[in-house]
Formats: sequence, C-alpha cells, structure tokens
Amino acid sequence: MEIFVHGVGVLGPGIENWDSCRNLFKEQRLYDNSVTPDPMPSILPANERRRSSEIVRWSLEVAQEAVHNSQLSPKDMAPVFASSGGEVGILHKICQSLASPVPIVSPTLFHQSVHNAAAGYWSIASGSQRPSTSLACYDSSFGGGLLEAATLLAAAQEKFVLFAAYDIPAPFPLNETRPLIAPFALAFVLGKQALPMSVSWLDITLLSEPMSKAPTTMTQPSLESLRLGNPAARGLPLLQAIANNLSTSVYLDFLDNLQFRIDHQPCRPSPD
Amino acid sequence: MGRVEGLEEVSLKPNLSHFTCRNNQLAFLGLQQDGFEDQVLEARRQYGAHRIGVLIGTSTAGILETEHAYQQKNPDTGRLPASFVPRGRYTQDAFSVAHFVRAYLEITGPAVVISTACSSSAKVFATASRYIEAGLCEAVVVGGVDSLCLTTLYGFSALQLTAPGPCRPCDASREGLTLGEAAAFVLLEKSPRNGNRQATALLGYGESSDAYHMSHPHPTGRGALLSMQASLESSNLSVSDIDFIHLHGTATVANDQTEDRAVSTMFQNKTPCSSTKGWTGHTLGAAGAVEVVLGDLCLQQGFLPGCLNTSTVDPTFSSQILLENQERTIHYIMSNFFGFGGNNCTLILGRH
Repeated sequence: MEIFVHGVGVLGPGIENWDSCRNLFKEQRLYDNSVTPDPMPSILPANERRRSSEIVRWSLEVAQEAVHNSQLSPKDMAPVFASSGGEVGILHKICQSLASPVPIVSPTLFHQSVHNAAAGYWSIASGSQRPSTSLACYDSSFGGGLLEAATLLAAAQEKFVLFAAYDIPAPFPLNETRPLIAPFALAFVLGKQALPMSVSWLDITLLSEPMSKAPTTMTQPSLESLRLGNPAARGLPLLQAIANNLSTSVYLDFLDNLQFRIDHQPCRPSPD
Repeated sequence: MGRVEGLEEVSLKPNLSHFTCRNNQLAFLGLQQDGFEDQVLEARRQYGAHRIGVLIGTSTAGILETEHAYQQKNPDTGRLPASFVPRGRYTQDAFSVAHFVRAYLEITGPAVVISTACSSSAKVFATASRYIEAGLCEAVVVGGVDSLCLTTLYGFSALQLTAPGPCRPCDASREGLTLGEAAAFVLLEKSPRNGNRQATALLGYGESSDAYHMSHPHPTGRGALLSMQASLESSNLSVSDIDFIHLHGTATVANDQTEDRAVSTMFQNKTPCSSTKGWTGHTLGAAGAVEVVLGDLCLQQGFLPGCLNTSTVDPTFSSQILLENQERTIHYIMSNFFGFGGNNCTLILGRH
C-alpha cells in the first residue's frame, strides 16, 4: 500500500516537537530525556483544556502539529487514533472511586473514560466529521493504526488520514500491570497523492511469512529503551528514516508472528 | 439489566486459562454457538490461518477484573493483588479479547480491537471489508464482545440514561436504556464459500463523526445523516431500496429523538424502522455484531421486528416506527450505530 506523508508531529521526553526530533536524529545528538513536556494543545477550548486528561492533551498536541505541518485542513482528514492503554488516568480514577465505601462514577469521568475520548475531542475541536477510528493492539498498536490508516486510503474514499499513536504510563498502582517507560506520542498526516509539502513516500507491506528480518532498532540505547518501552514509540525507526531522508526499508514487528516492511523514500532533498 | 446467567462458571480451555475474565468467558460462549467454530475451521483449511484476520469491537474489555483488583488493594502498600498484576494484559487490556479469539481459533492473520464506544463492533465490519479489499485477508472473524462492569453500570446511571425497568425504544414515555451484555461473531468473506448463494452480504457501510459533543448526539442528527448517506453511496443503493431501518434506538430521550429526525429527513416516513434494544438491551460495544446477526435472521426469515415493550410511539416522531412484528420478504436492511464521542457507523445488509 503506497502512501505519502504530508505532515509529522511528535512528543516525548526531551522531544518537544518534530523539529526537535529531526535535529536529534540528524545531528546524531545524545538523547537527553530529562525534561518531559506538559502539552496544552491550543486547538482545545480553554475550559476543555483545563479538565482534559493527560492523554487527550498528548494526542491532540501531536495531531495538531502534524496537521499544521501538512498545511491541510483537518476537516478533510479521517482520524485514526491508536493507543494500547487509552485513558489509563481516567480508568484509575474510576476504579479508585468504585473501590471507595460509596462507589460512584462522575458523569464527566464516565464520558472521558471511553477509548475514543481523545478522538472524540479531536473531532469536536477540529470540526472534522470524517470517519474516526480508535483502536488498540497492545504492543502493536502503532502497527495496527498504520494498517487502519493505509487501508482507509487504499480501500475507502478517504483522501487524507490523520494517524496518531500515543500512550502514557498509568498512575500507580495500575502501572504495575503495564509498566511503560515514558509517555510518547506521534502523528502523521497521510494521503494517497504526492503534494508540494509531502515529506515521504511509504510502501507498506504486511509480511505473513515467518519473520525473516529483525525489526529495525534504534542505535542509541536510551532511544531503543523508549522504542521498546512505549507502544507508540515503535514508530521511532520510521521517524528516523523520515528525519534523515533515508531511502530505506523499516521493519516493524506486528503481533507475535507478523511483520511490516515499510519502504521509505524522501519526497524532497534535505533543506540543509 | 440483561445479564448472562452462569457466565462466571464458564471455564476456558486450560491452555488459555490466563485469559479468564467475564468478557473472555462471554466471547468463549459466543464462539461456541451455531457451528461458528466449524465454519472458521473450514475457512482456515481453505485459505490458511495467516489469511484470516480478527477484528473485535469492545468498549470495556475485561475492566471488571481491574475494578475488583482495586477493591482488593493492599491497604498498606496500595498495590493491586499480585495474582492480578500479570493477568492485566489478558483481561483488562483493550486488545485482550482479540488476543483471546485469535489464540482460541488458532488464526494468525492481522488482528486489532476497535473501541469507539457503542459503534465499536459496527466499525469492525467496515475495517474488515477494507482489509479484504486491500488484499490483506481472504476472510475476517468480526465480532463484538462487551460484558457488564461497574464502570458502565454506575456511569450510565450517573448520566441519568438508564431506565428503571426494561427499555422502551421510541416510546412517548421512554426513560432510558437497559444495559445488556453479549458476544456475537460473524465470518466475513470475500465471496460465499461452497456456492452458498443465500448468504447475507455486507453491501456497504458509512462512517462519520458528529463533531459536536462527547455524550450528546447532535440535535438534528447531522452525523447520523452523513453516515447513512455514505452507507447508501458505498452500497450503490438509494433510499427507496431500503426495506427496513434497524435503528440504534437505545431508548434514551435524546438518542431516539435525534435518530428519528435524521431518519425521517432522509426517508420521508416511507420506510419501516424499529429498534431491537427492547429484545436485547443495549450491549454497548457488542451492539454492532449482535444487530448484524439479528439483521441476518430478519433477511433469512422475512421478519421485521417491532419495538418490544413500546406501547405508544413518541407523538413528536415522524418516521414509521414498527410496534408489531411483520412477516414479509425483505432484501435490504440499513443498521445504525452511534457511540460516545459522536462516533457513527451505518451498515447495509442484503441478500445476494
């Protein structure tokens, strides 16, 4: 399935945005993860921003950045939101409350608890009425989202897809069931045709033969830990290929027996 | 509340016992119905396990396990029971139900869980048909599984959306929804196997967002209209082709009113419609697959279900709401599903 990347957004410890991510890869700097951002996406109305969950803010921040970089209207994009844990913070609050002597679930917490809360807030904030999908695939959530995005472009009438993958560590004690190393989020605006602002061309193949290639890894140990420590960060090798304008194939494990080969070609030479 | 009796007693196969939770127990029971496993086995022989996908819709997966684990937290350390911690992945995690189905049916193709609240297992049909069209799969095990848990019981109650008794969709004095739980599965294939020309087909789908509010539908049903229009376009059918509209019809005041507006705007009161939530309760993320199965039965048996428990249709409604069952041949059904976040999906079912 051939698709074009028109815009990228990314956020993680020590990675403020796509520019900072690109510089990290281009300059082959030592990854400094000491500062974790606290995003406040401006697309959310002020009152929603205040009461929104952490994961809504993380996912909307990268979605907004990718849309901005694509110079396209979010109203034309079908959102695909992929997250293994979804609203872990809200889930924790609800379970705490249900375990109290007087169990109660507040109406606000309840509608914030659905896996598609972030996608719902995105469609409200962006005004996009295009089909919106929220999915989960454990450690393969990035791959599951990429597959949904690619098939929406290949086999439906969608012109553009906004694909976001994001996960954050759950609060204690829920984190013990699923220890994630750090929060991470990324987003791509994807389309069927090359446009002046397109950054990359991708050809995505799902390999159903027994895995013959090792997945593409990160050279720096701290980035490799991040790749393995957060399902959304499985997208780091692809981000690296895009940042460095590499003509290369990225291998991404999918579930316990499948693999994607993502052939990557830059659409334009590096500006520097 | 529609509760499946004795579910806690169901034992999964010993090699899959780590998946044990109400949601997977319900999935396990569902998979064993109506010779479904035999059909999957035959498809596996014909296509190969790697050419079959698994797409399941659920809103809460096995979250009940986590609710219980929090009730059993260690009062000194605040930690969850040690016996639960390694089981979180196989029970509470959103993907756990697809993981379980894939392992149980020994299928090795792509698998994903879609979780868009009450449209979850309608949307898996759309995704599955794209998987097939894109050549990723020859067949997809599509399903919906949602089981009762405290989060939804207390949550819907806090939103004042639950009825004191059995729900009465489209009734003038409807008081809200009745929660149910269900597992339903469908084997979706590119073409009927073994020359089965009577098979029900998914002829098209439409999806849209309200882009309006997290838990209230748009007052004029603009997202519902977009979704219904898209489903007709994708199935190359027109309004006059549809014999029956299977309403989302949760029996909440707002849902039924909005849906009536959208349906009557589009169909001009000419097409019979009803909700089957009075028969099943609202099975949330499982509603899509459940109602596709009901739609299949209606097509096969020439049956239009009336709204069970509904005595007087809301006088403000304009669409043609059925109160009594009818028996007659039908060819095309439109099925609506709307979820929190303004997430809409419409499926068109028909006979070949």
